[in-house]
Amino acid sequence: MITLDNLTKIFDTDRGVVSAADHINMEVPQGEICVLLGPSGCGKTTTLKMVNRIITPTSGRVLINGKDTSEQDTVSLRRSIGYVIQQIGLFPNMTIEENISIVPKLIGWDKSRYLKRASELLEMVAMDPAIFLKRYPNELSGGQQQRIGVIRALAADPPVMLMDEPFGAIDPINREVIQDEFLKLHRELKKTVMFVSHDIDEAVKMADRIAIFKEGKLIQYDTPDDILSHPINDFVKGFVGRDRALKRLQLVTVAEVLETESSVVTAEDSLATALQRMTDAGYERAIIVVDGDGRPVGYVSRSVATTTKGNCGQHSYNLRTLVRPEDDLRTVASKMFTHDATWLPCVSEHGKLMGVVTQRGITHHLGATYKSSHAKEQNLQHARVAP
Amino acid sequence: MKGLGTSRFFQLPVLIGVFLLGVYLQRSGLIDGMLYYWEDIVYLTNQHIQLTIISGSLAIAVGLPLGIVLSRPRFIKVSEWAMQGLNIGTTIPTLAILALSMSLLGIGFVPSVFGLFIASLLPIVRNTYTGLLGIPAHLKESASGIGMSAGQMLLRVEIPNAANVIFAGIRTALAINVGTVPLVFLIGGGGLGELIFTGIDLFDTEMMLAGALMTALLAITVDILVAACAFLMVPRGINPSRA
Repeated sequence: MITLDNLTKIFDTDRGVVSAADHINMEVPQGEICVLLGPSGCGKTTTLKMVNRIITPTSGRVLINGKDTSEQDTVSLRRSIGYVIQQIGLFPNMTIEENISIVPKLIGWDKSRYLKRASELLEMVAMDPAIFLKRYPNELSGGQQQRIGVIRALAADPPVMLMDEPFGAIDPINREVIQDEFLKLHRELKKTVMFVSHDIDEAVKMADRIAIFKEGKLIQYDTPDDILSHPINDFVKGFVGRDRALKRLQLVTVAEVLETESSVVTAEDSLATALQRMTDAGYERAIIVVDGDGRPVGYVSRSVATTTKGNCGQHSYNLRTLVRPEDDLRTVASKMFTHDATWLPCVSEHGKLMGVVTQRGITHHLGATYKSSHAKEQNLQHARVAP
Repeated sequence: MKGLGTSRFFQLPVLIGVFLLGVYLQRSGLIDGMLYYWEDIVYLTNQHIQLTIISGSLAIAVGLPLGIVLSRPRFIKVSEWAMQGLNIGTTIPTLAILALSMSLLGIGFVPSVFGLFIASLLPIVRNTYTGLLGIPAHLKESASGIGMSAGQMLLRVEIPNAANVIFAGIRTALAINVGTVPLVFLIGGGGLGELIFTGIDLFDTEMMLAGALMTALLAITVDILVAACAFLMVPRGINPSRA
């Protein structure tokens, strides 16, 4: 857990006194990722660097798991905090193995232990130790280097990690991949992470909580969903963008809006049965055809069922695409637009039909948050404004 | 390495040229003339090497720490002045340095070593200083953020990454050093300068060439030795010749 208590940094510059961080109060709970977000010069990086005392606070305290960092020796404090920077900062004179082993070596692990740890970490990010351990940083691509940067920070298993725009210099495609990898690592390791970013999409994707900064002040500190659905002022509203409702789509998974399908038909059922079941279940457009194992194989539309005779197998259409319960709604919406569909079947790992996602279901879910919390919004606005 | 491979075409004519030159020199009696001084050559070369090794190692032993100290943040105010001073020092001709050294310490071995030491000190300090200042800020931030103490950062990150520049300084310094040693003959320091200057005074081309060629050979050898050291000691990740 990281606690910032009235943390303040004032710089004396040529243009006068600048407060880069102004009485920041916040708490990052154990095992969560907190993204510090804001335009450049808003104080997010200064705040981050005060945690490991690369920048010394003017006033206020930083507590890690309840212990005041200013009372600890700076060097050993930093060894207990993983640190990743945008420029990666791998040491070009050392091999990948040496780079990863730096902190374990500094804190006096024995050789076999830190060498084992280095291979283990490389495997965690899907890089073959046999190939990469003896290479030098300049022999790796940018994405690979930043993977090493991240696992180097994890090497001594620190409880807390600080990341300063770690994926900012990586091309968009690799960035997605490395973000996913990091989230996967995080789910296993459960570190408390403070992460600086200026990219709202990255923040929404990575964060358990987002802290929005402006001119050295913490403006709003909330979960991504709350930031997107209830921005407390125009600045936050502007920062998260006009498409903030769409951004929320990626925070919701299919499982949350799934309408579990009760009525299906098999290929042998007659179209009359299909029509009857559609009417009973209240399906307006179509019903799904499943095989003996409950796997969806196609669908029968209402128009066909009303006008034609025969069995469902002969008159079904192929399903154009399927979704999985863990997919986010952004993927689903994109598939719906691509295939001009208002609903999509959702299948389990083994291909069994679990239910359907409908456009109405999605819009309903997104709209419900607004309705239910509309009343308390007034109170929240007062509560969330920074001092 | 690649240069040699592509110029294979020129190798044969060059070899033939060198061979013919050798034949000509042999026929003209120049080589015999030079070998007449063989005992002097051996003795003076020894002396030459001693002067280079002593003054060179002194310069490295003083120059490296001085460059490191000047590059530390707390000396930043002093170091700007010091580097300006050193830069002015570089413009003084080596002969003048030897002359000043003589007026300070008299003649003989000690003022010679001192003069050579001063002449080769400057490139070492300057390159060490600029090499260390040239370490990218993010590497230092990364090193201190990871929890390295200032000393660990210097030894494990800063010096290895500045090694190329530092070695370039040592190489320049030793080249200057070997080339300046003949001049110390003028302040009584001995060395191959004895053959060169005496040869000039006596219009004895063979004597002069014996000293000059040997000096040239030494310079090349020293340069190759330093280059080999750099090749072996600069880590592969940042060594352009081992990329």
